[in-house]
Amino acid sequence: MKTPITFTLNGEEAAVFVDPGGNLLDVLRRGCGDLSPKYGCGQGGCGACTVMIDGEAHIACLTLAETVAGRRVDTAGGLADGPDLHPLQIAFMEGFAAQCGYCTPGMLMAAKALLDRNPNPTRAEVDEAISGNLCRCTGYEPIIDAILEAAKHRGAA
Amino acid sequence: MLEVVSFPTAAEAAAAMTPDSRFLGGGTLIMNRVNYFDARVKRIVHSPDPALRQIARDGDRIAIGAGVTMTGLIGHREVDFLTPAARAVGGPAIRNMATVGGNLMAPHPYGDLTVALLALGADLRMADGREMSLEAFLAERRGLVQAVLVRRPDSDALRFRKVARVKPKGVSVMSMAAHLTRAAGRLSGARVAYGAMGPTPLRVPAVEAALEGASLDANGIAPALAVATEGLELPDDPIASAWYRREVAPVHLRRLLLGEEAR
Amino acid sequence: MVVEYRKDLFADERADDFDVVGKPILRQDILGHVTGRSPFYDDHLFDGLLHMRCVRSPHHHARIRSVDASGAERMAGVVKVLSARDVPVNVNTLLSLINFGRDDEPLLATDKVSYVGQPILAIVATSVRAAEAAVQAVRVDYEELPFVLDVEEALKPEAPVVNAEYPNNTFDYADTYDHQKLRFGDVDKGFAEADHIVEATYQMSPIEQAPIETCGAIAAPETNDRITVYTSTQGLFFSVGVTAKQLDLNSARLHFIGGTVGGGFGGKVDSHHEPLAALACLATGKPVKYMWDRAEEMQVGAPRGGERWKIKDGVARDGRILARMFTGFFDAGAFTRLSSYAVQKSTGHLPGPYSIPNVASNVYCVYTNRTPSTAMRGFGITACDFAIERHMDKVARAVGMDPIELRILNAYRDGDMKAHRRAAKNCALIESCQVVAQKTGWALSGEAMRASSKIGGGEGALGLIPETVIDEEGRIGERRRTGLGPEPDAGQGARRRLPQGHSAHNSSAFGNAPQREDMAAEQERSGFKAPMAPTAPAPKPAEPAPVAPPAAAAPVTGGPSLPSAYTARPAASLPTPPEPPRPAPTAAAPPPPPPQPEDPARPHFQRAVKRPGVSRFLSGTRRR
Repeated sequence: MKTPITFTLNGEEAAVFVDPGGNLLDVLRRGCGDLSPKYGCGQGGCGACTVMIDGEAHIACLTLAETVAGRRVDTAGGLADGPDLHPLQIAFMEGFAAQCGYCTPGMLMAAKALLDRNPNPTRAEVDEAISGNLCRCTGYEPIIDAILEAAKHRGAA
Repeated sequence: MLEVVSFPTAAEAAAAMTPDSRFLGGGTLIMNRVNYFDARVKRIVHSPDPALRQIARDGDRIAIGAGVTMTGLIGHREVDFLTPAARAVGGPAIRNMATVGGNLMAPHPYGDLTVALLALGADLRMADGREMSLEAFLAERRGLVQAVLVRRPDSDALRFRKVARVKPKGVSVMSMAAHLTRAAGRLSGARVAYGAMGPTPLRVPAVEAALEGASLDANGIAPALAVATEGLELPDDPIASAWYRREVAPVHLRRLLLGEEAR
Repeated sequence: MVVEYRKDLFADERADDFDVVGKPILRQDILGHVTGRSPFYDDHLFDGLLHMRCVRSPHHHARIRSVDASGAERMAGVVKVLSARDVPVNVNTLLSLINFGRDDEPLLATDKVSYVGQPILAIVATSVRAAEAAVQAVRVDYEELPFVLDVEEALKPEAPVVNAEYPNNTFDYADTYDHQKLRFGDVDKGFAEADHIVEATYQMSPIEQAPIETCGAIAAPETNDRITVYTSTQGLFFSVGVTAKQLDLNSARLHFIGGTVGGGFGGKVDSHHEPLAALACLATGKPVKYMWDRAEEMQVGAPRGGERWKIKDGVARDGRILARMFTGFFDAGAFTRLSSYAVQKSTGHLPGPYSIPNVASNVYCVYTNRTPSTAMRGFGITACDFAIERHMDKVARAVGMDPIELRILNAYRDGDMKAHRRAAKNCALIESCQVVAQKTGWALSGEAMRASSKIGGGEGALGLIPETVIDEEGRIGERRRTGLGPEPDAGQGARRRLPQGHSAHNSSAFGNAPQREDMAAEQERSGFKAPMAPTAPAPKPAEPAPVAPPAAAAPVTGGPSLPSAYTARPAASLPTPPEPPRPAPTAAAPPPPPPQPEDPARPHFQRAVKRPGVSRFLSGTRRR
């Protein structure tokens, strides 16, 4: 039996029916059509489906969908403000912080969760913030550099 | 067909548990099994009970709600001594979800926080009101936990170390915790626990016995290092072989006890 | 970043007007990546999408007595249960598209399973959960068979037969041998002349590519009688070809969309998802997704195969390697996939970048009851290079020599004849060693610092194909009858000697017509120029650019002082023939193009060579 839930997705109200035991990743992708969070492992090991729930990073594939009822969910798909990219997106673009791009949405949300809480992180703090996110092509250095770069620009803005 | 039910209080949820039911805390364990079609999970029970998410004084002990997340533990004034162990769990997103109660249930090689709780001699308050020691609970892991009860250790008495091959965060090759209590300048009643060294986190009686009356220095702990894995059946898994665990355990135990940094 | 072009080494090879490296540039796909809008195969939504999961073998090796899917077929949500009988051409091998090797791998298993995870049935249902529930309801009656998981065990006469198409547990090379041979010179003579024999075995485990995006495909019906397949494949045309073959469809009915791949590293070329998804799409008329979960990706996904290499070197006391013998074992797993090719690739790489006058090698593509292995970043080279370079260090210790100097001493110089019978050109190992030594403050002797890839190449007999001992050892099936050891010199029977300067053997990899006509490559468009006239020895440069030795250039190791070793090349002691014979053009080249005389006005096809008036979007031979 499906359960109806409503929540806020990237600032807009979302209303979907969820399957019993269905996870938030499936609901976002198939129920809401937000394809930005990715499936990588279904067990919390890769971080490709990282989203923010009420401002904190969460693993969408391990989140029972009905527990987000009434809460605020933000994904990489909502990171840009219309045509204006988020400083993290610009830094990832310019810093070559993505190759295949599959881990990128999760990386961006893990990084955003960090910068929202800690606008001037140290390198070690960035390292720790993305420690739950795996990347197989880019290597972590450009990603860490890009997050630090974004922090600099956000501070200036 | 999977069924999901929610109850306002932990006590009601506990009363509704059946053998096919699994209580869902943060979801990091149960949803993994659901995503991989574990047929044994037929019913998911959860509860938004705010009491599960509290950390409060309870007589001379501190009661940590089973629904408190690792993030909730980190930096909390009452339980700051658990910060190193809570920080050792997962990445930030996992720590925002994973709960104290879930950590008690985590299968090998997970459950790093439980190792620290075991060294502290924690007790559990179950949702039905019973109290039991963490050790007794780990032998069966049955019932719904309401809160973990711990006494604040003397500053610096609780040591914790997680050994992983991936930096900054990987699955445990082993984790170790020691509560180093002393009398008259010598170790007395010290408790030592390991994680990822058996089916559940476990205490290490041989090491504890060897530390009794010892001085906390290289010579004093030498007998304990010699029996670092005595009586243990070490696991062979993709993270490390039993052989490897046996070889490196004394090194990490020394670093733990003497507070040395890894070189 | 400063990129230094060594024009002294690569003057003829590269245009020097590159201006990309070292400057920031935006990837063309980066905006999609950072906004989460790049269209990976799973990022296409369909109404009524069906999901597929497979019934898989829990055993390494078992006969299938019976399969009972009757319960599964009746379950809620189940739309279709596909078995081998539903696949028009069930058995295939990936390289059949270039007619290399025989079809040996069923898309869905029929009478037996040969590795843990091998698919038997594919179940299509309205949800992943319903498909998996049906998978768990299927009853398969297995008769477990003995299995073999080690390459050398698999070569023993009593080993169980893993792959019915290759009953000797080895891929057949040139329709004659159970291994890929390489013979160059006479290793026995080289060993007899040597002061040291250095032997060792090296091994590399299988490695899973572990892309973050798991392998998969979605096949959806189009209104124009075509099927659109969104896929994670790294080899789109491989996948189209395999799907067309296995479904017996004209490839014009297949519309493949790929290119946006969530990490591949070689693990997404095997083309198993596309035919299964397309088959299910044909069978149901609905869009069907076949996507591995992480556990399947790790267990069933083909890894880089494990390799074992045995190397035996005969070394003179001054460090010159006089003979090198290899025995290599590639663990193909249960089916061929690309391992047959990896063996040839590694053989072409032997004996490493070193000028060794006597080389022999036997490399086996071995079937075991492990997960079939496939491509991964440099497969066929990585493990063998690891073995070679570890062995060079071992040799350096055996002769008491600095390991970098040992490499410089033995490195190919331009003009040296390589074991696969092409003259070395554009060599730069010596210079690379010198730069590494300089940058790391590793002191090399003045001799080593003065050595150059341009000096001494092809000296004496080094530029010639030597007189070579060949043997008939290891004919297909012989090993299973007689239990011969796998070493190159363990053979029985007659040996023959090919005269110095004999022509190269043709390779069985080329020259066969593909199985399907519509897969035929038009040779003139492929950029591959088969027969080439031998080139004249490269003219010696007047004076190489001298490399300044570092301030402290005294040797640090206690090795013997070797003033003349760098110019007295390894085979200089061998008799020099009066007249170097011209190697004849490849004997049995592919039939179509007869050898053409070289037109000196038209340069050879070379990548990245800019020729005036030629579009940079055309490669190789110009289209006519």
